[in-house]
Amino acid sequence: MRPLSLQLVSVVTVLVGVLTLAAGLIWLERRLLAFWQERLGPNRVGPAGLLQPVADAIKLLAKEDWVPPFADRPVFVIAPAIVFVTVLMSFAVVPITPGIGVVDLDVGLLFFLAMTGLGAYSAVLAGWASGSKYALLGGLRAAAQLLSYEVFMGLSLMGVVVMAGSFNLRDIVDAQRDLWFIVPQFAGFVVFMVAGLAETHRLPFDMPEAEAELVAGFHAEYSGMKFGMFFVGEYAGIILISSLITVLFLGGWHGPWLPGWLWFFLKTMLFICFFILLRASLARPRNDQLMAYGWKVMLPVALLNLMVTAAVVLAVGD
Amino acid sequence: MNVMFYVAAVVAVACTVRVVTHVNGVHALLYFVVSLFAVATIFYLIGAPFVAALELIVYAGAIMVLFIFVVMLLNRGPQSVAQERSWLNPRAWVGPTALSLVLAVEVGILLFAGDLELETQTRVAPKEVGITLLGPYLLAVEIASMLLLAGLVGAYHLGREGGREGGREGAHREPGAGR
Repeated sequence: MRPLSLQLVSVVTVLVGVLTLAAGLIWLERRLLAFWQERLGPNRVGPAGLLQPVADAIKLLAKEDWVPPFADRPVFVIAPAIVFVTVLMSFAVVPITPGIGVVDLDVGLLFFLAMTGLGAYSAVLAGWASGSKYALLGGLRAAAQLLSYEVFMGLSLMGVVVMAGSFNLRDIVDAQRDLWFIVPQFAGFVVFMVAGLAETHRLPFDMPEAEAELVAGFHAEYSGMKFGMFFVGEYAGIILISSLITVLFLGGWHGPWLPGWLWFFLKTMLFICFFILLRASLARPRNDQLMAYGWKVMLPVALLNLMVTAAVVLAVGD
Repeated sequence: MNVMFYVAAVVAVACTVRVVTHVNGVHALLYFVVSLFAVATIFYLIGAPFVAALELIVYAGAIMVLFIFVVMLLNRGPQSVAQERSWLNPRAWVGPTALSLVLAVEVGILLFAGDLELETQTRVAPKEVGITLLGPYLLAVEIASMLLLAGLVGAYHLGREGGREGGREGAHREPGAGR
């Protein structure tokens, strides 16, 4: 057990780091999308438009925070907070370097899966509480999509758990000192990345908020900072999935020459940019295509990966 | 440690009471979720972190979402609240409450007699749970999985659209078929 002061410093570092990065992503995503679409993107506020998130935040805070009269008020208010809280809670178990990290939990990976599962409530409840048909349809889609992809998100990680022999994320990083798990667990890596994309309902898997069909889906009735919570929660979710890919498949802080936290940051940023590139380049599938893809392709791949991994580990022995 | 246990236990009991007494379906289910959180906390406190995590993943994260999904699909609206309210008249709940109070008094007496000290501080790591499940309890696990498989096959059968000849597009079903 570390002293309380050090613990607090860790908590504040992770919290401030995540929130700053999440705000920065608003700028990064818009600039990168603009770059790939051959336009400029936001470049007016501050140097190279860097202060754009500040301007966005001021705009959101100054907007009327309206609760529709037909909404279920308590649930409507609490729903945006859920996604934010669960994502931030998950960061508690992410080890950034041997020294930085909030808790060292024996069941760290399960804790992450539990928090992801609870995050599903946010979209589902928001859709239900809004009391409008588009939001309800978005909520229904969210429930189906998040529940389905949660199943093999968990299964895809079990290969890593079998190889590391632990649910503890620090042990998992340490087990990758010689060989990153992306090499022996490539199938697990792909499945986890797709499932992570679906769990954060990012494009191309943003069926719950598909604006062409559902206005804005589950958050159609939200305005002001409540909408901002969904927005920032989504970005924090991208950071979470990217940092977990780093921890689980890319050896976390391990890497030559550079200090550990910088390696962690670089690997995480690589995946964040990759997710933004996916948004820029892929079209949205239909809802039934998404479900069929999940259950008929991803689930068998994840199960097969787990079986083969377990068999190999059992045969090689240690 | 004991204080934390009792706080979590009180939260669990209070939430469960609200599950029964709340007139709005979704709100009642949300209380149920909080009650599951409290139970998970208790599991963690008495040294079973693995069970605590599974409680959150399986019950709070998956099964309750399905419950809420179904309630959303039904989307009963305000008239169901009025209906619930009429069902919760005193005649319905006085009897069970009196009986529960008797049990509560008994539990209170047992607790204050000091027979039940909560000091089981042996942490059960995930690995031990796995070894126990696939070791001495292998038969029970296999029987449970057979039961689940039967449930899965049954659900698949019930969910088939329009029997043998109806494919995905065969949507001309009788109203109420397949319930």
